[in-house]
Amino acid sequence: MIDDAGVHVILTSIHNSPLALFCITFFTTGNFVLFLRFNYLGSTMDCLFGISGDGFVVIGADTSANQSIVRMKTGEDKICELDQYKLMGAVGDGGDRVQFTEFVKANLSLYAFRNGVPLSTHAAANYTRGELATALRKGPYNCNLLVAGIDDGQPSLYFLDYLATLHKMNCAAHGYCAMFMNSLFDKHWVPGMSVEEVMKLVDLGIAEVRARLVVAPPNFLIKIVDKDGVRVLAERKTATEN
Amino acid sequence: MKLDLSALLPDSIRPKAPIDAALDDVHLPGPTGANFPLPDVADVDSFERQVVEMVKPSHGTTTLSFIFQGGVIVAVDSRASMGPYISSQTVKKVIEINPYLLGTMAGGAADCQFWQRNLGIQCRLHELNNKERISVAGASKLLANTLFSYRGMGLSMGTMVAGWDHKGPSLYYVDSEAQRIKGERFSVGSGSVFAMGILDQGYRWDLSDEEARELGRRAIYHATFRDAMSGGTVSVYHVTKDGWVKVSGDDVGELHYHYYPAE
Repeated sequence: MIDDAGVHVILTSIHNSPLALFCITFFTTGNFVLFLRFNYLGSTMDCLFGISGDGFVVIGADTSANQSIVRMKTGEDKICELDQYKLMGAVGDGGDRVQFTEFVKANLSLYAFRNGVPLSTHAAANYTRGELATALRKGPYNCNLLVAGIDDGQPSLYFLDYLATLHKMNCAAHGYCAMFMNSLFDKHWVPGMSVEEVMKLVDLGIAEVRARLVVAPPNFLIKIVDKDGVRVLAERKTATEN
Repeated sequence: MKLDLSALLPDSIRPKAPIDAALDDVHLPGPTGANFPLPDVADVDSFERQVVEMVKPSHGTTTLSFIFQGGVIVAVDSRASMGPYISSQTVKKVIEINPYLLGTMAGGAADCQFWQRNLGIQCRLHELNNKERISVAGASKLLANTLFSYRGMGLSMGTMVAGWDHKGPSLYYVDSEAQRIKGERFSVGSGSVFAMGILDQGYRWDLSDEEARELGRRAIYHATFRDAMSGGTVSVYHVTKDGWVKVSGDDVGELHYHYYPAE
């Protein structure tokens, strides 16, 4: 079994290659299923992706809440608005996802309240990683995250998985969707993309997932963070909400 | 000083203490340290674990709940099974947390009963502290937080918390993975897939009270027809702004002949 220290070594040697990163993450998490008895399948059926562009970052996620083979709800918001300039997308076991994002959001608010200045996106991502890493050997949170934000007009996107691997990326994805989307992102992403160009890439990814993934989620919610703050950018639906 | 653990040894190899010898022809009521029998096996701990596994309540159930213009309908079956054996046909799967809050039971019966009773206590304490009833959102969050702290420790629950609060009718699904979802219609348990089919196609927001009660009853009936682990009676509850009322309790056999009269 490759432990997560091993992953770090390999990751730093092939750093910022999304494909290698994903393969290794997938491989090690596969071993961890047996080891920690996580419900890994459940969380990989969720879809989460992020793309950075010229002065903004877009995060998209599916909106399904599943229980075994049943879709209990389509209309669940999995992209938490940490503050006015930060988004955190989270997928994973229902309870872990909500508890962890609420915990991080509350602590970031507390920090901003106490110090009169909020954490930067970089600091927030590293704080989140620290909490996840501390919990990993006690009661781990089984959720994968993307943290995005704007600092002085500069966008940044961080990939963070449940083993507390943190990476700054241009575009990133989690779950089975990542297998289809990562290659498209690798091919089409260029520096300085406009919102329209990024949304085209998002639609390309969603179309591929819908065409090829057996367990493709029906509905997606896409949020954006730019100089004007965070907001919902678009929705892509094939099922009525309930 | 050495702790005397001789009472824990099986009778066959336990050294006889003088007091035991004196008690040999005396029959005391209830277990005493001396007379308490233990299963005559090599490893009591693993044996007890096997026994617990053997009599574990199974997850066969159908429960459903939905919100509509007239409030919340909660409908459940009443069968408890242990593997292929039907252990009871008269289980009460709706837990009355307080006059405005109902919980449903799917999964481990003891887990549901214990933790929803515990939720009842927390809700009452909230009422005493704040001089107002707890919201359904608040109550379901209390339960989800409790379950989150016990996650991965073997609890098995799939429950719906339904009720009427200052915002009107409200419904949440909470399970032992600590997942908590707000929604307008849910169905939980082994028969839930059958009930959902009926529920989804018959559901409208503007159902009349009588139509809604009948939809709940009908959905549970069809689930009991197809799911071997659901059955007994169909209980229907209706929560309005004045609190919950139990609307009906019908034997599924009688319902069958009501819906499909014999030629």
